[in-house]
Amino acid sequence: MTNHWVDIKNTDLVLIMGGNAAEAHPCGFKWVTEAKAHRKARLIVVDPRFTRSAAVSDFYAPIRAGSDIAFLAGIINYLLSNDKIHHEYVNSYTDFSFLVNDAYTFENGLFSGYNAEKRNYDKSTWGYQIGEDGFAKTDPTLQHPRCVYQLMKAHYSRYTPDMVSTICGTPKEAFLKVCQMIAETSAPNKTMTIMYALGWTQHSQGSQMIRTGAMVQLLLGNIGVAGGGMNALRGHSNIQGLTDLGLLSNLLPGYMTLPGEKELDYATYIDKRATKPLRPGQLSYWQNYGKFHVSTMKAWFGDAATVENNWCFDWLPKLDKPHDILQVFEDMNNGQVNGYVCQGFNPLASAPCKVKVSGAMAKLKFLVTIDPLATETSEFWQNHGEYNDVDPAKIQTEVFRLPSTCFAEEDGSLVNSGRWLQWHWKGTEPPGDAKSDQEILAGIFLKIRDLYKKDGGAFPDPVLNLTWKHKIPAFPSPEELAKEFSGKALRDVTDPKDPTKVLVKAGEQINGFAELRDDGSTACGCWIFAGAWSEKGNLMARRDNSDPFGIGQTLNWAFAWPANRRILYNRASCDPAGKPYDPTRKLIAWDAGVGKWTGSDIPDFKPDSAPEEGMNPFIMNPEGVARFFAVDKMNDGPFPEHYEPFESPLAANPMSPNNPVARACPAARVFKGDWETFGKPDKFPFVATTYRLTEHFHYWTKHVKSSAIIQPEQFVEIGEELAKEKGIDSGDHVRVKSNRGFIVAVAVVTKRLMSLTVGGKKTHTVGIPIHWGFLGVAKNGYLTNTLTPFVGDANTQTPEFKAFLVDVEKV
Amino acid sequence: MALQSLDITARSATTTPSPSARGEAVKVAKLIDISKCIGCKACQVACMQWNDLRDEVGTNVGVYDNPRDLTDQSWTVMRFSEVEVEAGRLEWLIRKDGCMHCADPGCLKACPAPGAIVQYANGIVDFHEENCIGCGYCITGCPFNIPRISKKDNKAYKCTLCSDRVAVGLEPACVKICPTGAIVFGSKDDMIHHAEGRIEDLKERGYSKAALYDPPGVGGTHVMYVLQHGDQPELYANLPKDPHISPLVGLWKGITKPLMSFGVGLAVFAGFFHYVTAGPKKVEDEEEAKS
Amino acid sequence: MQVTRRQFFKICAAGAGGSSLAVLGFAPDEALAEVREFKLARATETRNTCPYCSVGCGLLMYSLGDKAKNAHAEIIHIEGDPDHPVNRGTLCPKGAGLLDFVHSPNRLKYPEYRAPGSKEWQRISWDDAFSRIAKLMKADRDANFEATNKDGATVNRWLTTGMLAASASSNETGYLTHKVARSLGMLAFDNQARV
Repeated sequence: MTNHWVDIKNTDLVLIMGGNAAEAHPCGFKWVTEAKAHRKARLIVVDPRFTRSAAVSDFYAPIRAGSDIAFLAGIINYLLSNDKIHHEYVNSYTDFSFLVNDAYTFENGLFSGYNAEKRNYDKSTWGYQIGEDGFAKTDPTLQHPRCVYQLMKAHYSRYTPDMVSTICGTPKEAFLKVCQMIAETSAPNKTMTIMYALGWTQHSQGSQMIRTGAMVQLLLGNIGVAGGGMNALRGHSNIQGLTDLGLLSNLLPGYMTLPGEKELDYATYIDKRATKPLRPGQLSYWQNYGKFHVSTMKAWFGDAATVENNWCFDWLPKLDKPHDILQVFEDMNNGQVNGYVCQGFNPLASAPCKVKVSGAMAKLKFLVTIDPLATETSEFWQNHGEYNDVDPAKIQTEVFRLPSTCFAEEDGSLVNSGRWLQWHWKGTEPPGDAKSDQEILAGIFLKIRDLYKKDGGAFPDPVLNLTWKHKIPAFPSPEELAKEFSGKALRDVTDPKDPTKVLVKAGEQINGFAELRDDGSTACGCWIFAGAWSEKGNLMARRDNSDPFGIGQTLNWAFAWPANRRILYNRASCDPAGKPYDPTRKLIAWDAGVGKWTGSDIPDFKPDSAPEEGMNPFIMNPEGVARFFAVDKMNDGPFPEHYEPFESPLAANPMSPNNPVARACPAARVFKGDWETFGKPDKFPFVATTYRLTEHFHYWTKHVKSSAIIQPEQFVEIGEELAKEKGIDSGDHVRVKSNRGFIVAVAVVTKRLMSLTVGGKKTHTVGIPIHWGFLGVAKNGYLTNTLTPFVGDANTQTPEFKAFLVDVEKV
Repeated sequence: MALQSLDITARSATTTPSPSARGEAVKVAKLIDISKCIGCKACQVACMQWNDLRDEVGTNVGVYDNPRDLTDQSWTVMRFSEVEVEAGRLEWLIRKDGCMHCADPGCLKACPAPGAIVQYANGIVDFHEENCIGCGYCITGCPFNIPRISKKDNKAYKCTLCSDRVAVGLEPACVKICPTGAIVFGSKDDMIHHAEGRIEDLKERGYSKAALYDPPGVGGTHVMYVLQHGDQPELYANLPKDPHISPLVGLWKGITKPLMSFGVGLAVFAGFFHYVTAGPKKVEDEEEAKS
Repeated sequence: MQVTRRQFFKICAAGAGGSSLAVLGFAPDEALAEVREFKLARATETRNTCPYCSVGCGLLMYSLGDKAKNAHAEIIHIEGDPDHPVNRGTLCPKGAGLLDFVHSPNRLKYPEYRAPGSKEWQRISWDDAFSRIAKLMKADRDANFEATNKDGATVNRWLTTGMLAASASSNETGYLTHKVARSLGMLAFDNQARV
């Protein structure tokens, strides 16, 4: 979230799209009801289903699953053609005026640089025109035909209300009504928040759906303001934290990135990431990359990381390709993976195309699962009748199942979607012999380290030198680990302006990332968490909920990254002169008297940079402004464009009907052999979408009695019209088939799944909740991901769970 | 433990008047704003957690309602209705069903077991199962079809409005848990005031018939609803439009006593029979529904 | 109104039930007029965070025992933390039922091992589990570690064993997991951000 949960109460309009906050995040959704009650805010829900969120909305518009970019692009077109944009905001704080490389083109559904064989783009033309001074060229009059504004206007003019209705199946009047409601928030004192979740991310176009939403918000001036923002609701309790800590194949902590195998020179690695300003007077905060990187390496490798060995740069594994979960199961299926460790993760249930995942796991030599509960993954080799029909005798994988603690039995911190690091306390001992995750990791790692010490082996240096300064080595305590990622001074850290002034003494915890250095004098495991545990103590455990400004900022509750800042880009809530656009929702303002930005939040800005200095609010971008034109940051195009889901009821993409390459996302990765597993509408005529229910959490709560009582058995949702066509009554059992397998479930026949007219054809949607499996106290059922396709988003490789094709029959 | 607010004002099958010298206790009320309810069932779980109840893991019969009905283990359930009040405009109305804590409680009036049903000065109507004989007349007496007889112990159960929490100054468990604030709790006066604000908001959003449900036929209730369609309570899974205590219960106080003098022989036998077997038979309910 | 035969019978029964049962000795004890005891009166309160979604609701966990040496704390009830700025005491149905997660019959209690081709689990000790896993991992790493790639560039990576990290584990666990995985040279490393 750019903002945070409580801040939603400050909004005038809520758009829930690509998510179902009432269903999946009920306690956060409370702040929507507060905005409705106290600000007369309106709630719009755009969803293939009339959801629990829709049940309390002011306006609901149906949409075909997988067509969200077309809908949002239509909104962009509406806002631009009806001049419903926040002019000062877009002119000052976005790339509207930036001139784009003359070689950039978009034709027949493809951007310049497409390589059909490799299914990817050469992105070299997706950039700005750079002047001789090294800065990007701009045209503040916005008249230049190559300025972002003009290119964008042309690109989105194709998304007319009729086109939107054709692609999305949304009735035109409903679409226009949504546009009108949203357009009202272009006024400087009105704001909208967008709440989304996996309903946007789990598409082959997921990242671009979110980008399109962000573009709508930028046009309206709704980013960086109280009650605004792009708010990813996030799924797991610490998915934000684990991403912040970089537990993804290509990341290092704090959104630093691992080097690729062509980036072998340390200086080049740093320089490429420590981006210099692209416009005069801009901060380009990533210039400090080296300080963050060196401090992480000092935290990991201690004294072994020296300036001479480039802070152990060679020790970091170099990427040959992405190794996301889909890639790993592909490699596993091809026999290239021998061992797999699943820590609190149930991929047999949660990864797409169960038959492929199950077959892949059977090729492992060993599998280790670490979990408080019995997962399907841990028993993938066990025959569970129709729900997991395998022959154990044929599966040669050694499997270890290690019991871990649950939340109630451990101390530690979690990061919520609002970026708050919140500490929690242990209340009881775990059952039986279960151990904490830290003890389990230590147990395995220390044994490996002992073996390397004793016997030697392949490149033991990083293993032997990994910092492990724990009082009880077999039990690294949460307190020790939290202090390590928060960071400390290894030598005295002094003020760069006055070297006699010591900011932090050697051995003390640092106060924030501004104190990090690239000379080896600081160690900090995750720079964005810096200061979470300072000499003042554990700020994550703070419990002062006072809200002196009345807008829900509670700065003394827990700790928010970065720097305890609650709303990102908050400089953009003020006009260029430093005055809040809406003083009733003031976040910060320039206080000329003290020469600082002050207010109800920590400024997301250089705190003493006066407005006249012309620094712009988006300080992490070298341009200083927000980008409509993504330059080379996205794999599938600098402007979001609608493509069909890989499995779609339409034979062609209505946006580029004559180009079969541009039917589905041209840059999405499809593995050899998976093309054949995609179904066609002749055999699988219905659009399917999977989702969670409020009564359950993923595949955990089928083990939980109270959840099993309130939602006991697997079901699918079918609209009344389709049910009638197929002779299905509520309560009947139905078989839902995709080209990859089938499930059997109870039919819930409902008015809430409407039939839509898409591309002139009647289109039905089948809704498939995900929560059942072959273990648990709820009624056993089929794993929903038996049905889903093995293809992911072109940028993040998030599987396309939200739009694929099925057939349905009564059994 | 019996705090001032939990002084008893009425007791089933008891002719001794309750003490009444103390001043009026604050009347409490729970207000359920259906326009804010997302049907998440957190209140169902909070109820089972607080009251140490766990119903059977049932089946799905083609609807979201689970458990399907109130039971001795499920003192509150969500009832989901898909309606189109205005053509083309779908509404998913979700009503939390459970005891309404009537000011004039039909269950208490119908109950033949002394002290099995009491009404506290704050308005809560509570069952004291240790006194319950399992006859099921509370069900007959209830205009909302709420109490259920347990198969485990043949006693009647229903929502207590968390009298054990209210007694120590806490709100009921379902109220505390409700993520959207669709359930609120306080003095009945405050709840009526809160409802007025909600109704005004709903009218501004186009629900011209929004209204408070506090039915006078049972003397008003200590559980009230805000309905978007106040003129059509039956839209909400057959919420009765004008509930009254069954006339049969009136008989208990009127005709029954004189009748008893000569009917006692037969009736004692019948009452005893009820006491040792299960609760009311379905056929009785059906017969009443027809009358 | 009409009173049917059956109803008349019931009215008589009800009428008699109150008084005549007492006559027959089935009278309950005098009504005590007490509510149920407040069950948390002396329970220990511990603050925690809901482990499900990312709203991060504050919890109050109530356990038996006052942390005395001989008392084994048992969680008996979980409620929302009213001081928490986001949830303000509320919880969703999953959070409301967390006690049933803590006490789920499917909580794992002991390390278990499944041999190749076997149909069943066998219980093993932690030490055996750690030793065996460490040996398997080291053997695979030693056999397949890539110090350099085809072009001779130093890549120091280990691609034949992978790990999925838990997105419901704490930052402290996550941080330690990352350190351990990268020090071994792992790249096949992911979390639930995608699924």
